[in-house]
Amino acid sequence: MTNSEISSINQNGTHMSEQENAKPSSLSDVAANRAEKKVAGTAPLGTGLEARGVHAWFDKHHALEDVSLDFSAGTVTALIGPSGCGKSTFIRTLNRMHEFIPNTSMAGQVLLDGKDIYEPGIDVTKIRLQIGMVFQKPNPFPSMTIGENVLSGLKLAQLKVSNHEELLEECLTRAGLWTEVKDRLGAHAGGLSGGQQQRLCIARALAVKPKVLLMDEPCSALDPGSTLRIEETISQLSKSMTIVIVTHNMQQAARVSDYTAFFLSDGGPGQMIEMGPTNEIFSRPRDQRTENYVTGRFG
Amino acid sequence: MSVASPTKVTPPARTITTKPRVSDQIFRGIVTAFSFSALVILSLIALFLFLKGFSTLRAQGFGFITHFEWSITTDDAGKEAAHFGLQAMLIGTVVISFIALVIAVPLSVLTALFLTFYAPNAVKKLLITVIDLMAAFPSILYGLWGYFVLMPMAEYWAKLLHKWLGWIYIFNVPEPVFTRSPFIAGIVLSVMIIPIITSVSREVFSQTPLDRVQAAYALGSSKWGMIRAVVLPFGAGGVVGGSMLGLGRAFGETVAVYSVLNIVFRTNFHILFTQGGNVASMIIQKFGEAGKTEISALIAAGLVLFILTLLVNFAANFVVTRTVKSGR
Amino acid sequence: MQSTVKPIRPWAASPRDRALTATSVALSVLASFLVVAVTPMKGKLAYAFVFFIAWLVIDSVLVIRKSGMKGVRDGLAAKITLLGGALVMMAVASILWSVISRGIKGINLAFVTENMRQASLFDPIGKGGILHAIFGTVLLIVIAIIFSVPMGILTALYLTEIKGRAAGLIQFLVQAMSGVPSVVAGLFIYAAIILNTPLRASSFLGGLALTILMVPTVTRTAQEVLNLVPRDLREAGLAMGATQWKTVALVVIPAARSGLITATILGVARIAGETAPLLFTVGTFDSYNFNPVKGENTAIPIIVWRALNGGSPESVQRAWSAILVLLIVVLALFIAARALGTKAMKK
Repeated sequence: MTNSEISSINQNGTHMSEQENAKPSSLSDVAANRAEKKVAGTAPLGTGLEARGVHAWFDKHHALEDVSLDFSAGTVTALIGPSGCGKSTFIRTLNRMHEFIPNTSMAGQVLLDGKDIYEPGIDVTKIRLQIGMVFQKPNPFPSMTIGENVLSGLKLAQLKVSNHEELLEECLTRAGLWTEVKDRLGAHAGGLSGGQQQRLCIARALAVKPKVLLMDEPCSALDPGSTLRIEETISQLSKSMTIVIVTHNMQQAARVSDYTAFFLSDGGPGQMIEMGPTNEIFSRPRDQRTENYVTGRFG
Repeated sequence: MSVASPTKVTPPARTITTKPRVSDQIFRGIVTAFSFSALVILSLIALFLFLKGFSTLRAQGFGFITHFEWSITTDDAGKEAAHFGLQAMLIGTVVISFIALVIAVPLSVLTALFLTFYAPNAVKKLLITVIDLMAAFPSILYGLWGYFVLMPMAEYWAKLLHKWLGWIYIFNVPEPVFTRSPFIAGIVLSVMIIPIITSVSREVFSQTPLDRVQAAYALGSSKWGMIRAVVLPFGAGGVVGGSMLGLGRAFGETVAVYSVLNIVFRTNFHILFTQGGNVASMIIQKFGEAGKTEISALIAAGLVLFILTLLVNFAANFVVTRTVKSGR
Repeated sequence: MQSTVKPIRPWAASPRDRALTATSVALSVLASFLVVAVTPMKGKLAYAFVFFIAWLVIDSVLVIRKSGMKGVRDGLAAKITLLGGALVMMAVASILWSVISRGIKGINLAFVTENMRQASLFDPIGKGGILHAIFGTVLLIVIAIIFSVPMGILTALYLTEIKGRAAGLIQFLVQAMSGVPSVVAGLFIYAAIILNTPLRASSFLGGLALTILMVPTVTRTAQEVLNLVPRDLREAGLAMGATQWKTVALVVIPAARSGLITATILGVARIAGETAPLLFTVGTFDSYNFNPVKGENTAIPIIVWRALNGGSPESVQRAWSAILVLLIVVLALFIAARALGTKAMKK
């Protein structure tokens, strides 16, 4: 789908506004609410990420088939679908983490700013500085303090920054953690709660100033309170970067994302069935399988 | 039962007992008895070494460990005057074991890192087999190899070291004789303890939690950056534990050291010079011609060695269990 | 849509990468020869040193444009770890090569079929052999097995099946025992038995000393193997009303059988080459002594020791050949243990 097609669908989707006053009770309502709240024409400060014909194999097992997705700058895209249909595998091809598992291979292209990140001769560590990732289980470095954790990305990438304290405060604020930890930056990261640790990981990912942030089920190991705070963080962040989030939780997708892509596997390789603005996917999905999933008939 | 009674009373847990059958009681009895054999053996070792070394210990007192002289003189009247002080050999033990650690620990850590993070699969399997094999080599083989094969090369290195760094005390020599020195003994010992340090290090490195590794890579780290930030902090305890196990082995090494070290009863910190010793090889050296008094002294020396290695191994196993086996 | 897409690995080393690596290695070798020819440095150490530096520099130049200083540091770290591994491998290779190349010169039929009753260690090769020592080693091993295998397996059974309150202490003690130096084991037998009882040096005492060294290995391996037996097997036995000892004897031990044999083999490999304890307890003998409890005997390590200390070229040659024989035995045991171990794993 090209950008112009997507924006035309946006305008069509606003007919949901007549239900605005009713209590949001269905997924489509939630999504519609969000579409409303998002101010049209927010300057996209992030960069476009595009996947073209991406396949992924684990050894001989074909796990992901022909996924093409365009993530517009400044948007939040949710990847939904039942377990095992390739969402996590796909998101890992976007920042070249898929290749860590031995005996894997892929096909297709992933373009950042129009350039294929899999091109030979590219330093993959530079790609990962521009496309960051937050994992399902919070994984701060236990041997470092909170402050050191946030700045660890700089140390690992050997980036020079003039003002460490400023960057520290900025990243922790954007991650929604600053007020809670500003007095104990020297404490060890292990003492934080699960939700705080995850926000620490978000702050850490932000410190290297990525253009895209990938989130692989970031809230599935957290309690509802922390989940809500992180969703607020995601909304804030989307104003300045592109975000792709894998989630099992359809309510979360509806709350948080502008676009949603539905993945499914029928026993064979996972495929991307349908992608569109979130409120459309939840209210008027074009594919029957999508509708079955979002109405809870399976998965 | 009225709904209004709010308090629930949880009954206390019942104690569950069983009366085992006679055959099982016998079984448990036998197994338990045999498993205390470890305790029995260790105690017997301590006991008999103490008993048979007692006369020396009583005569020398604490000086047994702190004095430097080891001699028996018999004057014309047939009276014996004996001085037994292990200090020189204890220092010698520490010196060569220290040299062995200085060489072995970096090599082992590098090898463990190479095996865990850099080696392709086929190479890794081969290397691991080779290292396990190394652990099975008899110590006298290391003695033979050390004397006939390593020593000529090591003598050359020692000369180089002396030439360029001879102004440092330990690399200075009173006379230019470089064969059978603590330096060479240290090298041979290091080759002997590399397998165990490498094994333990490899085990702990491979247990590095994958999520932290991936977190580092996702931040744009290079492989070395990841190792520094995640693997080394995580594995430090295991490496220390493995090194202590190696140290324990080095303390007690006998025939290999005897073959490549000129055992002289003097403290010697000039490691390139042909003079040194450790308690174990000294026992072997003197045993053949020892009279009754000296045998008691040698047995007492064995007791000291026993206690020393026991302490080091206690500490080592403590560290290893806490860091490697528990999977932090 | 049936796609015939080919899977690729864009991150793997491309032919171009491999060619670059090969070129930089070749250039470094060239540089090392050049530098050694031109400067006063000499010897294998000089070549190796220059090669390493040259390789580092060339590689850094190639990588610096793509990844900057970070890439250079990464490359340096990779080379240093490779160097560490290579040094260790060279040491092992040197040991194996020297045993094989030197030992083989003295191996002939006489060597493995005769004893030393009519020859001395200083006689030319071809006269006298070590068959009596081989026999002596076998005798020692048998005695050690008789004592240490029951002790080791029963201790392991306590730790895995009974798991009584003393389990922690016993585990600790077994580990402590594995650190006893071999010379102390020999000295202990000497102090406890030779000095206290009428018994004198014999294979029996040597076997006892070796038992002390063998038990911890057997216990540790047996413990690991018994722990691998799935809990369901034990529960199946107990659920049928069998006593614990019957379950252990008829279910657990057969299930762990090959692993227990592995434990024994590893224990034997550990003690087969031990020298120091034998020097106090077995003595020396030039012929066969079939009596384990009376009279001195010999074993392969003792022959090696005496031959090495003899000093003449003939005796040294015998030492190398004897140790080659011993090494072949230890290697064979090792391979057997491995083969049994993987067979147990596959079941």
